[in-house]
Amino acid sequence: MHGLEFDVAHTLAGSLVLASFMLLYQDRLYALLNVYALHAFVLALSVAWQAFVQHAPHLYVTAAIALLFKAIIIPVALHRIIVRLGIHREIETALSVGLTMIGGIGLVALSMVVMLRVTPGADALAREDLAFALSVVLLGLLIMVTRRNAVSQVVGFMSLENGLVLAATGAKGMPLVVEISVAFSVLIAFIVIGIFLFRIRERFDSVDIAALDRFRGERR
Amino acid sequence: MTFDALTALLLIPAVAAAILALLPDYRLTAALNVLAALLTLATAMSLFVVEPASGQYLLVDDLNKVFIVLTTFVGFTTSIFSASYISHEIEIGRLTPTFVRFYHAMYQTLMFAMNLALVANNIGLMWVAVEVATLTTVLMVGIYRTHEALEAAWKYFILGSVGIALALFGTILVYMAARPVIGEGTDAMVWSVLVARAAQFDPALLDVAFVFLLLGYGTKVGLAPLHAWLPDAHAEGPTPISAVLSGLLLNVALYALLRFKMIMAANAGAIAPGPLMVAMGLISVIFAALMLYRRRDIKRMFAYSSIEHMGIIVFAFGMGGALANFAGLLHMIMHSLTKSAIFFAVGHVAQVKGTQKIADIGGLTVTNPVLGWGLVLGVVAIVGLPPLGIFMSEFLIVSSTFARQPWLTAILVLGILIALGGLFSRLNVVVFGEPKGETKPAEASYVPMFAHLALVLAAGIYLPPLLVAGFSNVAKLLG
Repeated sequence: MHGLEFDVAHTLAGSLVLASFMLLYQDRLYALLNVYALHAFVLALSVAWQAFVQHAPHLYVTAAIALLFKAIIIPVALHRIIVRLGIHREIETALSVGLTMIGGIGLVALSMVVMLRVTPGADALAREDLAFALSVVLLGLLIMVTRRNAVSQVVGFMSLENGLVLAATGAKGMPLVVEISVAFSVLIAFIVIGIFLFRIRERFDSVDIAALDRFRGERR
Repeated sequence: MTFDALTALLLIPAVAAAILALLPDYRLTAALNVLAALLTLATAMSLFVVEPASGQYLLVDDLNKVFIVLTTFVGFTTSIFSASYISHEIEIGRLTPTFVRFYHAMYQTLMFAMNLALVANNIGLMWVAVEVATLTTVLMVGIYRTHEALEAAWKYFILGSVGIALALFGTILVYMAARPVIGEGTDAMVWSVLVARAAQFDPALLDVAFVFLLLGYGTKVGLAPLHAWLPDAHAEGPTPISAVLSGLLLNVALYALLRFKMIMAANAGAIAPGPLMVAMGLISVIFAALMLYRRRDIKRMFAYSSIEHMGIIVFAFGMGGALANFAGLLHMIMHSLTKSAIFFAVGHVAQVKGTQKIADIGGLTVTNPVLGWGLVLGVVAIVGLPPLGIFMSEFLIVSSTFARQPWLTAILVLGILIALGGLFSRLNVVVFGEPKGETKPAEASYVPMFAHLALVLAAGIYLPPLLVAGFSNVAKLLG
């Protein structure tokens, strides 16, 4: 039975990394949001499985937050914002898809090397979870730096945060996981409201970061 | 949980925030804001008389007492400055009373979050508190709703969030390192337990954890190259918030870093955190000093000066040893007092002249002598000229590290001198020469500014032995 528990947890965590890769090459905002919903759904499954395996019922709360808030409410809200802003065109990425993917593979390799080397003492499940979680975190950072659009940067940040929740649930018996996931949800809600406020106030004509660049730096 | 000074320290600002959110009249809320800050300060001072017991979640020791008193003191003086600043902003219509109500509630929420971060004994709780502090300051930075303010808030928000995310990953890794030794559950996140048993932790895991914590909390300290949010946030937000950001929030993030440094130091096998901190500190000093020269915006210039000083402080703590830690601690306090005094002056200057552009401000010593000379005194203090307090702390840092690392210290001194040149050349334009811009008298409360500068001057001339003994004690704790 232990073998099965491990395999399922391993598969789910691995799927999260794959979903991160899928985020990496999406070049349309709608598709990006759909993949993000999938990302959050896989996270919810993974957390729920951890709750079951570790006999930690409080983790079901975290799984429910991931499912309801991240996989449904946030993507729908962002979808509506995109429609209102009329920015459902192609995403301009800073690097080509091929280069980004190679970079992503490099980051995953890096996190495997780092995490597996420093955690020989930990149990196998926690080790793999940490390695996968670090991969998701680094891939999230990569998404944030290769995108020039505020909405897709936010998606990158949210996927990064999913990686953190994976790490927190993988660390067996860690206290405050639920509180931390709630704190992050508040943070993300603020970000989404922030994008929305930009629109409401009509201060920005577009949410393309490149358009914001002219306000950056010294005021002349 | 019993009711003691620690609970009061958190409860007063939390209750005040709720009350201030409900009251409409801005004069009343400004007065209540000052009152709440004063009560918090009194509570903080009482920690020296009766030390409450530490528990699983809250902790008080010699290290955080210094930080708490500094935070509540600058929080109190800034609330006085804020009252006169905000009433002027309402008169000229830059802020509406609704926003001011929100502003005061956020001010107290920020005080609550910073106090919580300082007294938290649980590294998860500390992380949540730093996040809350970040969120409240993001909201306040964007309060003017201009293009620049919103962009600054957004940038601060995204970079701050990434920093906070990395810090959380580091926190999780510390828990992972502690779990095999301490066992599952809350104990493995309690700082006092962690530091007591850190010697048995897996050093490799701690190493990785510290790198994430340094990058994460280092973003909030404003260390180069993670500082990009800092100048914008300082320049575009209301000036009282610039004063609190520079004077306090950067310290709180540094405090979090120091707590983890102490865990690292307790483990013989882990990498020494010192060299990493020294390197980032020196990069910050040199980078920020060079950036001072071409600044056009006065608040942005002093924001870069904050990066420089945080670099000096991190350098001192990175070098370690009783004397360097003592000097770093002293420098941190002196910098908080001086920099917030400068921002008090700059806030009134910007209100009098109606601009923050250095080129449009001139001859302040002629048009507004008190304000102008106050600013001169503040800058003389911040660049580290004798006999003011920063000279003494910088001198201590240099003299305590020179024997060990002459070349590194030489780089530090070079950075300090470059910054001195930069700040004076810009100051010259602002305070001397032909008066430029509007020349109306300032409706300012000078008390907070001169109180801070008087303290800095007094510390530069004479430090009471009691204070020296207290600081040496903390310096030993820091290892």
